[in-house]
Amino acid sequence: MAATALKCRECKTEYALEARYVCERCFGPLEVAYSAPDVHDVGELRRKIQGGPQNIWRYADFLPLESGQPGSASRNSTAGGLPAGCTPLIRADRLAERLGLREVWVKNDAANPTHSFKDRVVSVASARAKELGFTTLACASTGNLANAVAAQAAALGLPSYVFIPSNLEEQKILATGVYGTNVVAVKGNYDDVNRLCVELSGEREGWAFVNVNMRPYYAEGSKTLAYEIAEQLGWSTPDRIVAPIASGSLFTKLDKGFEEWREINLISGSRPTFNGAQAVGCNPVAHAFELGRDFCQPVKPDTIAKSLAIGNPADGPYALEVARATNGSIEQVTDDEIRRGIRLLAETTGVFTETAGGTTAATLAKLAEQGAIDPGERVVLVITGDGLKTLDAVRDSFAVHTIEPTYEAFEAEFAGAAV
Amino acid sequence: MAVVKLPTQLRAAAGGDGEVRVEGETVGAVLDALYALHAELRDRIADADGTLRRFVNVYVNGDDIRFGDGLKTPVPAGAEVQILPAVAGG
Repeated sequence: MAATALKCRECKTEYALEARYVCERCFGPLEVAYSAPDVHDVGELRRKIQGGPQNIWRYADFLPLESGQPGSASRNSTAGGLPAGCTPLIRADRLAERLGLREVWVKNDAANPTHSFKDRVVSVASARAKELGFTTLACASTGNLANAVAAQAAALGLPSYVFIPSNLEEQKILATGVYGTNVVAVKGNYDDVNRLCVELSGEREGWAFVNVNMRPYYAEGSKTLAYEIAEQLGWSTPDRIVAPIASGSLFTKLDKGFEEWREINLISGSRPTFNGAQAVGCNPVAHAFELGRDFCQPVKPDTIAKSLAIGNPADGPYALEVARATNGSIEQVTDDEIRRGIRLLAETTGVFTETAGGTTAATLAKLAEQGAIDPGERVVLVITGDGLKTLDAVRDSFAVHTIEPTYEAFEAEFAGAAV
Repeated sequence: MAVVKLPTQLRAAAGGDGEVRVEGETVGAVLDALYALHAELRDRIADADGTLRRFVNVYVNGDDIRFGDGLKTPVPAGAEVQILPAVAGG
């Protein structure tokens, strides 16, 4: 499957595989188009993938690079960029039991080099940027992307500029600046940052803004999350995906990943049902879903789930299409529910996720409570980032036992505890 | 008088200009004045009935007009009206 063109999702106009993201005729988003895959032997293709590297480049045949996987196939090297992907898919029986379900899996994508799924998209965008001759990486970020771009640029030896809202969590700022990038804190929310970056990308021609002028390539990186889930489930689809929605790009590309592989019979199973997760404090897609609209009215975000705080979601209309076409839904949960979602996942699986994951876990819990999920279903919860990035969300949520360093003091505190 | 800032994708349709100065007291009036100067711009960003295409964002002094009154949003004298593609970010 080779990339052949960039194609407008709206009016189908085609463009060369360059650094462009918007259709000049109708302003619609451009997507990578591929030639029809020529698969004679599904078993052989599976073996090829299984014999590939332990990172997203095992799926290089389905990604938009001209020269295939960057760097060495057999070992990790910074020449090929920071390797992303191949994160654990964990069967979460205690979580399932708590929710009255039978089969729940947690895809822990916090186990990426910079602790979020953004390493996948940045890997693809930066590799394509290098092929196109760009020498500087940049992005508009709610935090996780900033971490990923700064680290990827450090691995590749490229200068980088990351633009973030100035009120971002301190952990995310520290975990970005450490890589030696230029951190630009913009006085405004993410949508202000994004607007500035769209303007800048038109003026700075040598810069690859991974999620602006490189966006068609960047977005394709999210498909690898679906490929991995399917491969880890023994080349089959789950019945249901519960995933967070910020711009809606990940959500729609998960669906695209499964559909591409179903089409060539590389995997078995039906198209999964898609449930999206948003915070009440930033709910443009959930709100549009509720009202039956096919467009999103922008909102001014106010939620602890800052990595999901995009008030003007670019792929909102397409996320709505996916949820409706698969009999799914797009839900919204409160900040308190998000905090409880973080605790629920941590206490039942040992996976500590950030507020975005809390939003997703809380959405799963809500759907289970409503009886919207058949207990026999195989459900995959997509956890996109690490709890260490949003520590404030769990502050004061549990007690610490402070004692004198004596046996008696311990016994006094834990008199009732089992020996 | 308002200053309309055009994204790179639209500049060819405006004779290469990134900024165009036009009269108008609302966004709709400013855009009509812009279309009068550069007719091609209309087809690119608006549907046949004049509503903006769903992947076009317009800002008056930095504020998305969907937080205001859409095409009826007032444009103060000297304001900057910025047109940008919506499909970025995330």
